Amino acid sequence: MVDLVYFQLLSAALFVIGMYGVLARRSAVLILMSIELMLNAVNINLIAAASHMGYRSAGEVFTNFDGQVIAIFVITVAAAELGLALAIILRIYRNRGTVNVDEVELMKW
Amino acid sequence: MSWILFIALAALTLAGGLGVVATRNVVHAALALLLSLLAVAGIYLILFAEFLAIVQVLIYGGAITIVLLFAIMLTRTAEYPRITDNRQWPLAAAAAVATLAVLAGSFWTKAASGTEPHSPALADLANSLFTRWAIPFEVASLVLLVALIGAIIIARENEEGN
Repeated sequence: MVDLVYFQLLSAALFVIGMYGVLARRSAVLILMSIELMLNAVNINLIAAASHMGYRSAGEVFTNFDGQVIAIFVITVAAAELGLALAIILRIYRNRGTVNVDEVELMKW
Repeated sequence: MSWILFIALAALTLAGGLGVVATRNVVHAALALLLSLLAVAGIYLILFAEFLAIVQVLIYGGAITIVLLFAIMLTRTAEYPRITDNRQWPLAAAAAVATLAVLAGSFWTKAASGTEPHSPALADLANSLFTRWAIPFEVASLVLLVALIGAIIIARENEEGN
């Protein structure tokens, strides 16, 4: 059986890949994709914890899978965030003709 | 057996993720993201989260990838086949490696001794969702509704042609 810690290491690796994408990419669409990677890393962590972290009491194993429920909420919020962000990206593209975040500098001092 | 599956799926997940952040073509990045998300669904199956795996394939593999491809096509610019990163990408890579060191180090040294992997029955999950988590569940539906209306209002054309 694969231990919990290997799922956590996978989650950490996927999270930093997404983090690098958010920091290094210029196109807003690619930054969104990287955010999806980070949210998936968090979900792996939540679900791995939910499936491994029962607690023992008097020799009996009690299970607790709140992590799976929270992962459902994370997916919901990710869908809402993606829809809104894409609407904003379309609006920026229509107004300025670019989706590169370093060329949208209207509020930059 | 589960080790072989885990290593294969983890490699696919990380390869897809690296494809998203490394490729120069935006459409290739979307396809790499799809690969990564489907491999994550397989990881959920190893963890006995069957419902989450199905949800992952439906929502991420179906809806989110399609919406991202729509966004790519609606904002098509000449540079999409050969996009460039911004200038501080070495700093970003250093920050990512440092964060990985911190996260992996803390996970490794404080490794929790989990129990055997166990699977909640789908009925248990539904019971939990509609009793203990009922209020967050309703709030989530409200969040989706508000996000939908907001997205329509932000993205639509005004009558003045703006």
